[in-house]
Amino acid sequence: MATPIATSQTILVVGGGISGMTAALEAAECGKQVILVEKSPTLGGRTALMYRYFPKLCHPICGLEINLRRLKGNRNVRVLTLAEVSKISGTRGNYAVTLNVAPRYINENCTACGECAKAVTKEIPNPYNYGLNQMKVAYLPHKMAYPLRYVLDPSAIGTADADAARAACKYDAIDLNMQREAVELTVGAVIWATGWKPYDAAKIQPYGYDRYPNVITSLEFERMADLHGPTGGKLLRPSDGKEAKNIAFIQCAGSRDENHLRHCSRICCMASLKQTQYVREAYGADGKSTIYYIDIRAIDRFEDFYLKVQNDPTVSFVKSKVARIAQDGNSGDLTLHGVDTEGYHRYANVHDLVVLAIGMEPAVKGVDIPAEIIADSSGFLESAPGGSIFGAGCASGPLDVNRSVQHATAAALRAIQVVNKSASTEAS
Amino acid sequence: MSEMKTAAYICQGCGISDRLNTKQMVQIAQKEGKMQIVREHAFLCNAEGVQMIRDDIEKEAVTHIMIAACSRRAKTEAFNFPTVSMARANIREGVLWSQPEIEAAVEVTQDMADDYVRMGCAEVKKMKLPEGTPNKAQNKRILVVGGGVSGLTAALESAEAGYEVLVVEKQGELGGWARQLWKRVPSKSPYTDPVDTGISELIAKVTQHSRIKVYLNSTIAQTDGAPGRFQVQIATESGATTTEEVGAIVQASGFTSYDINKLPELGGGKIQNVVDQAGLERMLVAAGGQGGALRRPSDGGEIKSVAFIQCAGQRDESGKHLPYCSGHCCNTSIKQAMYFKDANPGIDTVVMYTDLRTPGMGEDFYRSAQNKGVTFTKGKASEVVTSGNSCDIKFKDLILNEDSSIQADLVVLATGQIPNSGVNIELAEAAQGETKPISILNLTYRQGKDLPQLKHGLTDSHFICFPYETRRTGIYAAGPVRRPMDIAQAMEDATGAAMKAIQAVENASLGRAAHPRSGDLSFPIVRLEGCTQCKRCTVECPFGAIDEDEKRYPVFNESRCRRCGTCMGACPVRVISFENYSPDSVGSQIKAVDMPDEFSEKPRILVLACENDAYPAIDMAGMQRNVYSAFVRIIPVRCLGSVNTVWITDALNGGWDGVMMMGCKHGEDYQCHFVKGSELANYRMSKIDDTLKQLGLETERVASFEVAITDIARVPQLINDYVAKIQEIGMSPMKGFA
Repeated sequence: MATPIATSQTILVVGGGISGMTAALEAAECGKQVILVEKSPTLGGRTALMYRYFPKLCHPICGLEINLRRLKGNRNVRVLTLAEVSKISGTRGNYAVTLNVAPRYINENCTACGECAKAVTKEIPNPYNYGLNQMKVAYLPHKMAYPLRYVLDPSAIGTADADAARAACKYDAIDLNMQREAVELTVGAVIWATGWKPYDAAKIQPYGYDRYPNVITSLEFERMADLHGPTGGKLLRPSDGKEAKNIAFIQCAGSRDENHLRHCSRICCMASLKQTQYVREAYGADGKSTIYYIDIRAIDRFEDFYLKVQNDPTVSFVKSKVARIAQDGNSGDLTLHGVDTEGYHRYANVHDLVVLAIGMEPAVKGVDIPAEIIADSSGFLESAPGGSIFGAGCASGPLDVNRSVQHATAAALRAIQVVNKSASTEAS
Repeated sequence: MSEMKTAAYICQGCGISDRLNTKQMVQIAQKEGKMQIVREHAFLCNAEGVQMIRDDIEKEAVTHIMIAACSRRAKTEAFNFPTVSMARANIREGVLWSQPEIEAAVEVTQDMADDYVRMGCAEVKKMKLPEGTPNKAQNKRILVVGGGVSGLTAALESAEAGYEVLVVEKQGELGGWARQLWKRVPSKSPYTDPVDTGISELIAKVTQHSRIKVYLNSTIAQTDGAPGRFQVQIATESGATTTEEVGAIVQASGFTSYDINKLPELGGGKIQNVVDQAGLERMLVAAGGQGGALRRPSDGGEIKSVAFIQCAGQRDESGKHLPYCSGHCCNTSIKQAMYFKDANPGIDTVVMYTDLRTPGMGEDFYRSAQNKGVTFTKGKASEVVTSGNSCDIKFKDLILNEDSSIQADLVVLATGQIPNSGVNIELAEAAQGETKPISILNLTYRQGKDLPQLKHGLTDSHFICFPYETRRTGIYAAGPVRRPMDIAQAMEDATGAAMKAIQAVENASLGRAAHPRSGDLSFPIVRLEGCTQCKRCTVECPFGAIDEDEKRYPVFNESRCRRCGTCMGACPVRVISFENYSPDSVGSQIKAVDMPDEFSEKPRILVLACENDAYPAIDMAGMQRNVYSAFVRIIPVRCLGSVNTVWITDALNGGWDGVMMMGCKHGEDYQCHFVKGSELANYRMSKIDDTLKQLGLETERVASFEVAITDIARVPQLINDYVAKIQEIGMSPMKGFA
């Protein structure tokens, strides 16, 4: 791989989700040189795995298409996928960065014709569907993947599948000798947009995510609702593949809880309100959604959407933190136990499927990040004054898409201030 | 400009030459397409194939190329030739992958590929390399309207990036609402106590900055021009007007606090001991911040208990008050309760709420308040009455589900924010409301004086992925005028808006379009001698980019323009075009296809597909190998708004059997990034029925569809159903007359 040219005038953006793409594009459309690195094989991040957005119920890949078109038409951004930052040193305006780039085993010759995927046999859990189905070891992450190029999973290397893939490729695109490599860069400013990850649902013991197949996370539900997801848009129970029509949504799964995540993850109330409408979309008046909540946080004009869902007769609300879930061994049905705090009465409600509105954890948590970026008590970034490493989007706090983009746009300006200043100093 | 030299390249890779007769496609490009150079290549996108094209451009002086290979959405890095005009015939996703690999389909699949080659050749010859508008506007100064936290932040952040800034503030002092606050909610760890507002430092930095000029006691009397060359008249209190030129505008006109007098049932305006949150801040500032030293307004008595009523006049379903939530008020009441608790833990503080909304780290702030002894009651207040020198609050306890009441010496109503958006340009003058709003920007645009509003008077963007997607290029709303928000969020928002304003001036200086066609150098060119002054283009432009001169001819302001082509679609005499996209560039494709005769049983359906959503959906259908009828020929368009009815009538006159238009969802939750493109197209097509009848054609021969980018399975179905319907109606009687 050729090392991209970078100088103290270059802005490095770490993370190719919607925040990172936004920060990179906003800066590049101002004429700045940007290097965008993403650790997975494709840009798009978590929003590419969402079915619809609240409150418009529009499709996230519509915006992704526009952002990708902006990117394809802009020569100021260079994209490196399968790349992670392993080291940063330096001060404001001048950082030495080491990237660790993993092999894709498929080079630029790839036309995305798909012959390699036909040739291989081994399957692995599909991370783009949160493991709800399997994919081949030679794969295109998803239809909106960028770069539009297949990937050979490292587990295929040294197996017959690797040779079969290479033999199937007519374009000399498969290179089994690719190695992990280190790339050194000099940059003027860094935008840290590494996003979020769902809280480990298994840690919330009373909800039995690790024991009961019909307890799933809101992210898994998102894939299930997607017409192009693992179930073709059908809301099917993992235990028996039956349609789930009576679905419970449990709010604050991990969030607002000192034993788990201290913070409120902000998006989950709106996400569950939105997901009740997937149930409606699937079954009309025959579906049933119940939201168990502490406070419904439909902030600012999202209140309109909350009101709309409240008026939907298929949706009911129970103000309660669910105490525990029990599974009926034979049917796979789940009984939710708790106390409805409005009126203080106990309940034991049976549902087909339970969706945990899972909390948001910064993806940087547990990763060795430069000391210049301070983290708050939940691990979200707070940029230190005087430095030029800036957090953007969910790396810096639990934000919805709209606020992440707003935040990333601001981060782009902060980075531009740094490179413009060093440009004017160098000029004078 | 150099002479046109054309070249066509037919790729054989990805199985194209296995299933298609590429030799025949070469011949078509030569004979029918009249391309001067035609080459086939086994693998066009590899280094060798790309070099072959590059050599032709350099050594053979090729200026126009047609590539018949994969979709225009694929291999964009390889097929990147910025110095020539390029058309891409979609043979892979659009033919090979969307047609079944069966013997019976061979002929119609080949027909399809041949036509796309014809269309690509026809299109590219009608394209010119955009040179950028000659009217490049060079002013890069940023105007910030409003001197509150949002405005000051936008000003400072722009100036720190090296740009000159003007701040116009209508009051005699900078600082806005923040200046009236005692403390603010923390935005950094630890989230435990109220913190200093920082407004004095911010004001000092702005007033001392060498690149920032401040106008106090001033308003905007008129805004004329376009990004890179706005002429702004600034009216000062004395009546004098100064004209300044600026490149872009950040509108940070802030909010007005909801009028407490509208809440008499809660004692607003009636009971002295009932104040709003802003009123409490003023009392504290006057008392030097000693929460414990505050006295009861009614009689100067000691305050032993304070109750905060959340959502006062907000989240209101009756239609009387604000329907939305102002977002900041829960944290603000928590902060204000702390004012008392921190000064004297003995003072009782109760926050009465229905949903407590402290997102993110606000949860730590909430926890801190609980630790300090602030009480939180889930209840809905219905009435506040005087009871001796204190107040009696009647409420419904939502936990116990019963009516209840509490006493408090002071009641604080958490009222909401009303955006200072100026005039609602979508309402008639008479419908503007009891107090006629005063315009903020006084734009001279024919579409109206102020930014269009989204909902509830908020000047927000309609798009989740693009919070700064403005409908007036180069003008960005920031802070609570855009959406209710607190100081921390307003500062982030203002920084983002400053970023967009800077981008707007940089784009204008290079003649480039702003988002979503970022970087596009093409711009509308109008042949005025053919113009009939019908004004459709000026009226329909979704961005207010077109003015009229004194003779009512359109005047295009290119740097306001977003290059959607709505004007081109609107023009009945087709005098508006872009260098690389015109009535002719599409019309010639429609005419280029080989039209089978009436008895061939091969109907031809034209699909005009929005390039943002419908075209990618069709493309991905191909990637999924979702088969659709081989009788369609698909042309991507910038927006359905750019579709000129001449294309439809030409197609029908030319023997096409039907026309499908695929655009984005319209209506309230519209998805069109050019606002009304798909809606306008729908409207225009509703008028086409008469034309169809005149031609003796069935109205079903033209149909519009809303298509989302996810309709990967639905689009083939739509196509197949439509083709079946056309086959039922029968072949067009117009064949052979063209």
